[in-house]
Amino acid sequence: MIDPASSDAAPLVELRSLDTLWFQVGGTVCNLACTHCFVSCSPTNHTHEFLRLDEIRGYLDEGAALGVREYYFTGGEPFLNPEMEAILEATLRVGPANVLTNGLLLDPGRCRRLRELDDASDYSLDLRVSMDGYEAAANDPIRGEGTFERILQGVRNLVHAGLNPVITVTEVHDDNGTVRGKERFFQLLRELGIAKPRLKILPVFQIGAEVERGGAYASWQRLRSGDAPVDGWDHLQCSTCRMVTDQGVWVCPILVNEPGGKMGEALADTLDPFALDHPACWTCHVYGVSCKT
Amino acid sequence: MSNRPPGDDAGKRQRTSTKLTAHRGLATWGERLVPLGEFRDAAAAAGQELSAAARATAAAAHRQPVDDATPIEGPFGRIVAFGGVYNNHFALEALLAEAAGCRAEAIYCLGDLGGFGPNPEKVRPLLEEGGVLGVQGNYEESLATGREDCNCGYTDPRDNEFADLSYRYTADRCSPETRRWLGSWPLRRRVRVGGQELLLVHGSPRRINEFLFASTSPVPFLDVLFDEQRCDGFLCTHTGLPWHRRLPSGRDAVNVGVIGRPPNDGATDVRYALIEAGADGLEVQLRSLAYDHQALAAEMRAEQLPEEFVETILTGWWTTCLEILPAKERAASRF
Ligand code: SF4
Ligand code: SF4
Repeated sequence: MIDPASSDAAPLVELRSLDTLWFQVGGTVCNLACTHCFVSCSPTNHTHEFLRLDEIRGYLDEGAALGVREYYFTGGEPFLNPEMEAILEATLRVGPANVLTNGLLLDPGRCRRLRELDDASDYSLDLRVSMDGYEAAANDPIRGEGTFERILQGVRNLVHAGLNPVITVTEVHDDNGTVRGKERFFQLLRELGIAKPRLKILPVFQIGAEVERGGAYASWQRLRSGDAPVDGWDHLQCSTCRMVTDQGVWVCPILVNEPGGKMGEALADTLDPFALDHPACWTCHVYGVSCKT
Repeated sequence: MSNRPPGDDAGKRQRTSTKLTAHRGLATWGERLVPLGEFRDAAAAAGQELSAAARATAAAAHRQPVDDATPIEGPFGRIVAFGGVYNNHFALEALLAEAAGCRAEAIYCLGDLGGFGPNPEKVRPLLEEGGVLGVQGNYEESLATGREDCNCGYTDPRDNEFADLSYRYTADRCSPETRRWLGSWPLRRRVRVGGQELLLVHGSPRRINEFLFASTSPVPFLDVLFDEQRCDGFLCTHTGLPWHRRLPSGRDAVNVGVIGRPPNDGATDVRYALIEAGADGLEVQLRSLAYDHQALAAEMRAEQLPEEFVETILTGWWTTCLEILPAKERAASRF
């Protein structure tokens, strides 16, 4: 048992409200194997498998009854899941959807269909495309040879279909998140014909494949009860989210490779507080991370 | 993150290609690779699996209705509600004239008096003369509590820069008396219009700076909010974009918009809400309001407020704080 009174114990975060429900719809299967991937995804990583539409329907119903505000889809690569478009169609009937994709499978036909799904719903469909540098020389060593050009092609196809993605960048390079770095990304997006560029910068989680690339956490990088800010832990996304994978419901999109992050089978099993005893929680706290758009 | 050892590219490529096949039959457990079965067994054993009855109890406890002792005002037949004055005293004057013209029985302001526009001290006398009843916004809360920022909830540094600038402009010109007056406003009100009890809040019924946009406020979410708050509808503002959704349950979610700047639609009018008791429940009108926007622009320039803000007043298109818009609202936007 963790004693919340001890300042050395991991603090507990309450689930304030279940606002954001994540689906690891692509499992840990990805057509890339990025060197910084904190879930260590790859073409052969089946730690978590694809989620099926019928499984997702059950969670959509349960989520709606609990008052979920928005749904996020990630992986691995969501569009490897053969049911992905049907899943989005079902989701957009009950709420807004966000898809985190590497952009490689965004061919013109798919982009057109995504546009149709968007047009048919009152709710927003937000696509987030990941990129790790504003030029191939910075992106490709992380995401793989030739990926920069392929990502750009996916973005162009989205733009052509009238969809405006949020480009998601990690701070894997020092200048990605600086004012100058952001300006370079905005410039690149304008060159692709995006008049209203949208950008989201995320820090790197030092877990998964990233350990080998950038190094693991140091032992001091842990949260203790004494670290609690005056407003409590409400700034952490796990105070308002849960993550569904084919192996059940987990606390957040980050800790899916730690069995300790698994909380239950149904959403109702996971409404209790969670102990922040993983070093990744330190990154969430210190950097104020939210994986949300 | 600069604690990175410089890597050699050839080595990295090598590692990437081994990664493509490294997981055959294995799972990633933290930093280790373990047999798939081992991970899955551990995952299956972790967490709890409640009985159906315990799940129902847990879900009900999670949606526990709030205890709210807010006194109920009214009943009224017709009210006017508006938000986000942003120091736009020209629009506020026009609004008060309209409200008098349509014989509103009560006028409610949902907060965010300051920021963006010029000369904050011109707003308070108008509100007092008009008998306007207020709900605190994040702006008032910040001013009253002496916060260093407006707690607007933006993530983009450029948005925050503009938000900071306008907050400081307002804060520097806001008398201690006005701060105290704003601090005396409640965080929520309950108002009866006809047979319906409405909750009046700034951001959302649960958080003062939560953004409720039409495209990210789905029906099931709103229904749970109404149940939690035990109300038949709510009026909010904060985002600057007005919308109204009548739920299949007959309840109404209304974002009344703001009178401080146009709703990002390429025209110079601003919006407010006229709410009336009708035969079939509420009648909600989100109305356009014209005001002397040229005079406002001139005063903003005289006060050396950012030209980006003046442009919004003159063109009807937002130039800042766009990053918070969800996909649909952003698609309808010029910038
Ligand atoms: S970072 Fe994204 S694209 Fe890269 S391997 Fe991981 S899941 Fe795939
Ligand atoms: S990793 Fe972040 S989101 Fe997940 S439990 Fe820890 S603090 Fe919460």
